[in-house]
Amino acid sequence: MRDKAQMVRRRDLLSLIGAMAGSSAMYHAMTSLGFAAESRYEGRIKLEGDPRGASVLILGAGLAGMTAALELRNAGYSVRVLEFNARPGGRNWTLRGGDRFVELGGLTQACEFEEGLYINPGPWRIPYHHRALLDYCRRLNVALEPFIQLNHNAYLHSSRAFGGRPQRIRAVQADFRGSISELLAKVTRQGKLDEAVTSEDQEILLQALRSWGALDRDYRYNANLISSESRGYAKAPGGGLSAAPTPSDPVVLSDILKSRLWRYLQNFANYNFQTTMFQPVGGMDMIGKAFAKELADVITYNAKVTGIAQNDGGVTVSFVDTTTPARRWTATADWCVCTIPLSILSQLPVQVSDATKAAIDAVPYSGSVKIGLQFKRRFWEEDEAIYGGISYTDMPIRQIAYPNTGFNRSGRAVLLGAYLFDGANAYEFTAMPPAERVARAVEFGAAIHPQYRDDFECGIAVAWHRVPFTLGCSGDWSDEARTQHYRNLCQIDGRIVLAGEHASALPAWQEGAVLSALDAVLRLHERVVRT
Amino acid sequence: MGRARYLCLVLGVAAQLPLLPDAISAQEASKPRTFSTGYVFAETSGEELFANICQGCHMQDAMGATGAGTYPSLASNSYLQSSGYPVHVVVHGRRAMPPFGDMLSDDQIAAVVNYVRTHFGNNFRDAVTAGDVKDARR
Repeated sequence: MRDKAQMVRRRDLLSLIGAMAGSSAMYHAMTSLGFAAESRYEGRIKLEGDPRGASVLILGAGLAGMTAALELRNAGYSVRVLEFNARPGGRNWTLRGGDRFVELGGLTQACEFEEGLYINPGPWRIPYHHRALLDYCRRLNVALEPFIQLNHNAYLHSSRAFGGRPQRIRAVQADFRGSISELLAKVTRQGKLDEAVTSEDQEILLQALRSWGALDRDYRYNANLISSESRGYAKAPGGGLSAAPTPSDPVVLSDILKSRLWRYLQNFANYNFQTTMFQPVGGMDMIGKAFAKELADVITYNAKVTGIAQNDGGVTVSFVDTTTPARRWTATADWCVCTIPLSILSQLPVQVSDATKAAIDAVPYSGSVKIGLQFKRRFWEEDEAIYGGISYTDMPIRQIAYPNTGFNRSGRAVLLGAYLFDGANAYEFTAMPPAERVARAVEFGAAIHPQYRDDFECGIAVAWHRVPFTLGCSGDWSDEARTQHYRNLCQIDGRIVLAGEHASALPAWQEGAVLSALDAVLRLHERVVRT
Repeated sequence: MGRARYLCLVLGVAAQLPLLPDAISAQEASKPRTFSTGYVFAETSGEELFANICQGCHMQDAMGATGAGTYPSLASNSYLQSSGYPVHVVVHGRRAMPPFGDMLSDDQIAAVVNYVRTHFGNNFRDAVTAGDVKDARR
């Protein structure tokens, strides 16, 4: 966890680089700092050669398991999938009106959202460079729509700055960029960059700063129509007699710096969050359902794995049917692709080498909480002109994410009223009963949107440490553990190979699950056709 | 019938007030509760640390829970007899359990370990000190 503190500092640095030098400089900085792990997808895999009737047992019908099942079956294997839940998808999951969710400890929530409204408690956005997942969406006819990561008219909010009043992202971004441009122009013109920048480049730099920072002809970032074109107007351009716009007043650099609102700008510059991002139309689980439709005859639901054994001849998996748990079942196959989260696999008797077992035991699972809230009306659109996107805050709820669909409609809508990932607040929210999580999210959110108090109707809260099928959100590798154990985790151990986001360099992303499954089946197939 | 209508009217009036519409929820949110402001925890007493962190997985009664996997029960748990074991697990984590060494001070870890070792059917009276936790960090 110590490297987490360093990571925050690195990220602060990155956000500064991003804000000052632009996203391409930030990308290069991120690559050198190891952040911009790119999807390695090179198109649909080809499993050539005859598996001669070999059978594969796949544990888990999440995206990793179903990717493996689909590709292996297409290559001629006999496949069977065991899934703990009564539905496909795993963390690829959507909660809609009429759904019930029983968390660990037994507390039950009924989702009372209006028909058609939903939240995605797990993954909710797909970067354009997650090419493998996008390819499966195309092959499986999953319709996509834009996920809006950056809405300039959403808010950045600090409870300790600007009297607690939320600030428009547009204005914070423009003022931060404008002030830094003004500073840089000033030192350039004072000759303080003479050693670092040639005089010819200084001329160009000044032009760039004036354009990029919305500076006036004296290289000042001031209240005028140039800066207002970036940060917004006091009175916007109109028509007729009162058409002339009035400039707005920029916030001075010192106030922006002390507010710490600049720290949220990384959420728009980071490679993982750059436009274009996508979401499936109708809910993230459309992907899991589309996979499962292809695999309907090979998935066994309600199957809780209790042990995994292997010898030279094959793999034997014991499991119980959770609807009639008294009876024990076994399934056998020549090979096994195991996508069970390590939080669960580490507790099972699994016949693997000491090195693989040590790797399975080396990964803690992070906490995360998402809370969906239904309101009578889209007040964020009607009153505040916020259409999709995310507001960020230093309050424990961290984010308010507006629906990226159904724009400009009247009637009810659901927004994401909290998204906590890691850190103390995620644990604090997990430890509350679900009804209190929802109530607290409403209470905090009302500080940004007072309309919450009149328009809130109902909510549902998912704390991932309380989710029965994962016992956590995702594998939280430390750098040390990854160095020591990652290769051992991914090696084929006898007749068993592991896959899932935990076996990828894209932790907590669906792309990581898919890529790890493709890599696992490629290596498995190579071994099968070779022997 | 008349009674039901009366209730509806009362609720209708309540919804006009600047309160949360759901009275139960309003109570839930008005109880005092500590929220940490950074990556590290602000809670100090063993009882509050347990209630705001540990019970997320080990549950309010410390009995744990079972789904596809299990959160072990801490109640009447003989593994807690040797105080070094729970201290080590809280500092460094164990399997899927996250390490809390960087999110809690020596005093906080001592407080929560002492709380668990003297509650939920546990009665181990040899208290852990902040110094013990400091040693376990090495």
